[in-house]
Amino acid sequence: MKKAIFRIWRGDAKGGAFVDYPTEISEGMVVLDAVHQIQAAQANDLACRWNCKASKCGSCSAEINGIPKLMCMTRLDQLALDQPVTIEPMRAFPRIRDLTTDVSWNYRVKKKIKKFRPRSPDAADGTWRMAQADIDRVQEFRRCIECFLCQDVCHVLRDHQKYEEFIGPRFLVYVAALEMHPLDTEDRSAELKQADGIGYCNITKCCTKVCPENIKITDNAIIPLKERVVDEFYDPLGKLLKLFRPKT
Amino acid sequence: MGNYETLEYDVLIIGAGGAGLRAAIEASVAGVKVGLICKSLLGKAHTVMAEGGVAAALANVDDRDNWRVHFADTMRGGQYVNSWRMAELHAKEAPDRVRELEAWGAVFDRTADGRILQRNFGGHRYPRLAHVGDRTGLEMIRTLQDHGIHQGIEVHMEHTIVTLLKDGQRVVGAFAYERERGRFKVFKAKAIVLATGGIGRAYRITSNSWEYTGDGQSLAYHAGAELVDMEYVQFHPTGMIWPPSVMGILVTEGVRGEGGVLCNKDGQRFMFSEIPENYKPQTADNPEEGWRYTQGDKNARRPPELLTRDHVSRCIINEVKAGRGSPHGGVFLDISWIKEKIPNAAEHIKKKLPSMYHQFMQLANLDITKEPMEVGPTTHYIMGGVRVDAETQMSSVLGLFAAGEVAAGLHGANRLGGNSLSDLLVFGKRAGEFAANFAKEYGPGQTHDAEIEEAAREALESFDRAARGAGDAENPYQVQSDLQEMMQNLVGIVRREEEMTRALDGLGALRKRSQNVAVHGHREYNPGWHTAIDLKHLLTVSEAITRSAIERKESRGGHFRDDFPNKSAAEGKVSIVVYQAADGSMQVRRESILEMPEQLKQVVEEMK
Repeated sequence: MKKAIFRIWRGDAKGGAFVDYPTEISEGMVVLDAVHQIQAAQANDLACRWNCKASKCGSCSAEINGIPKLMCMTRLDQLALDQPVTIEPMRAFPRIRDLTTDVSWNYRVKKKIKKFRPRSPDAADGTWRMAQADIDRVQEFRRCIECFLCQDVCHVLRDHQKYEEFIGPRFLVYVAALEMHPLDTEDRSAELKQADGIGYCNITKCCTKVCPENIKITDNAIIPLKERVVDEFYDPLGKLLKLFRPKT
Repeated sequence: MGNYETLEYDVLIIGAGGAGLRAAIEASVAGVKVGLICKSLLGKAHTVMAEGGVAAALANVDDRDNWRVHFADTMRGGQYVNSWRMAELHAKEAPDRVRELEAWGAVFDRTADGRILQRNFGGHRYPRLAHVGDRTGLEMIRTLQDHGIHQGIEVHMEHTIVTLLKDGQRVVGAFAYERERGRFKVFKAKAIVLATGGIGRAYRITSNSWEYTGDGQSLAYHAGAELVDMEYVQFHPTGMIWPPSVMGILVTEGVRGEGGVLCNKDGQRFMFSEIPENYKPQTADNPEEGWRYTQGDKNARRPPELLTRDHVSRCIINEVKAGRGSPHGGVFLDISWIKEKIPNAAEHIKKKLPSMYHQFMQLANLDITKEPMEVGPTTHYIMGGVRVDAETQMSSVLGLFAAGEVAAGLHGANRLGGNSLSDLLVFGKRAGEFAANFAKEYGPGQTHDAEIEEAAREALESFDRAARGAGDAENPYQVQSDLQEMMQNLVGIVRREEEMTRALDGLGALRKRSQNVAVHGHREYNPGWHTAIDLKHLLTVSEAITRSAIERKESRGGHFRDDFPNKSAAEGKVSIVVYQAADGSMQVRRESILEMPEQLKQVVEEMK
């Protein structure tokens, strides 16, 4: 049977190194299968996260040959196997061990975003009516599996470490899903401008490129949110009109 | 005693899938202090894998639907050994639980008039599954998660419970390790809710992830709780079978709900050849009628592909055994054929089944809008589990509750698709509510150091063995994989007394091996160690399944015996209960099922 070499980063927060593991490969295998095979036979203590193995849970994020990907969705027949396949943890987050990183920052960020606040039910049966056409764009954002690959690739976080000033593409998508929800009544534009740091995004679209759910993060979520912020805070005509708008 | 970090809660929820999150939300609403244990990161639990939808008689698409029809469907699907009270509560409360999700931000697909859209699914008489394409589970877990994080619940991610702690007859806490540092922690709690899901990892071919090692069933059993119906394991008829690395990954029943058909290698729709008697009146007898049903014709009956999962799985096995299977040992599931029926079929399929399209494209190089998929049965769900009170979800141990897959009763011998998502909402809520009530009523209990020390010692044994360099030490992954292989072969879809007796001997041998595993490395994020600890749970649930399956001398629902291929009226009146005897051995007991009250019997009759 054919063999390939997997060059896997082993170590922890203090440091580590790549270790080469040769393993047999078979038809249809993905990188996560190879990692499991190595874990079961050669390195029982090789740390990695995974759950669904079908790109629905977003647990097995890693950098494969330098590119942020889900290990469960990266087929070996799409990689050059005449040279070692490198697998390393996401670089934008502190390392825990081997392929696992500390992604707790993401959970803290989400908690700070104002929650969904629906208007009162207005249909006779005590619920709401929403047209499919009005929720299509929200449903696109809600496909997110929170793999954090977009956060990993975003240079504002990865290279400039703006963790305090910028919430990253994942949470801009999250805010977009809330802001564009037909029932939501909350206003998050002040936060978008200040605490969320939307201005840091300079639309390089790296996040869109790595999204395993093919969410058009930049075009459909971030740019419309930027437009809202501009309308709200930087539109001189709008400011003038607001002066005369009756106070509510 | 070791100096372990100790945390105290009124209610501790173990498991953070749909049931655990729903229970945590409800308990926190009741004003008690809630801790939530996740084996993985928050939001990654197996609920995300649920695809087709959540069953609730909202009657948005067909106004003939109501709780009575849903109740009758659930009982019929479960072959009438369900807890009828749970089935009644479930059918009555599911609609409110689904609407509540909408109020918390869930965005279900819509009907033309803007209400929650519902789709057809196996065993449900009317279109009943509220859904979001084929990623309903993700929508639900995210909604519960995003609502839950603002409720003051304390979340402990990547923690695993090793044992429950007791004070006399009552459960008073749990002993855990955290994955990242490998440290032990003591969780004291006035009430505990188990919401740990299933046992899929006891089998080689499964749709379940590494987490589903029967932790909750085993923790409850070792704490003195009774398990029931453990012989009823659901093998979902359509798992991926090719390429080998994806074997077992789920293909949603929604494919069949949208018009997908099952064919053998000769292109024959074999499901028409064997329609069970009690489903004949409501099943189409020709392809044309079946198609009309999937397209919403209220006068059409459902196609036989949408019969219950136990039946469809067995029909697939029969085709394969008769030599009419697909090249890789399954059958064909074809949705691409609908291009004969509707314009823009490819776009329609991608819209209705986006993640299936994506999954096959990426993992199997197959375009489901053009070609049929190859599918076969995969271990999916256990109907049995911790025996609970229907109203409160409390187990036979004081203060210990269970909800969702880990609990038994609602689904009887076979679960209908879509009923697990509604199960976890309805009974997750109830468990949270009654656990909070319990916590308010009872003071804190007393944990006992000796019990904690023993659990710590046991959990660390595998490291000591590695340190001693024991020559005959076992690799935990190898023991796990041998167990899976054996259960798959000997206690799988088709069972025989002689094979299951061999499995019991095999489990004894595996238990000995499990006591001899060695773990290398240190305690920080060491999956070898975690696998070693999980072995105890896997062995416990495997033994419970095997003993129960030997005891039930008939075929019913998910339990099919070659040596007793028919249903037996007498066996249908009893449940098999599993418990730990005083000497530590596992025992089974037969117990009569409580008779259904007259008004529910009438509902069943009316819906026949």
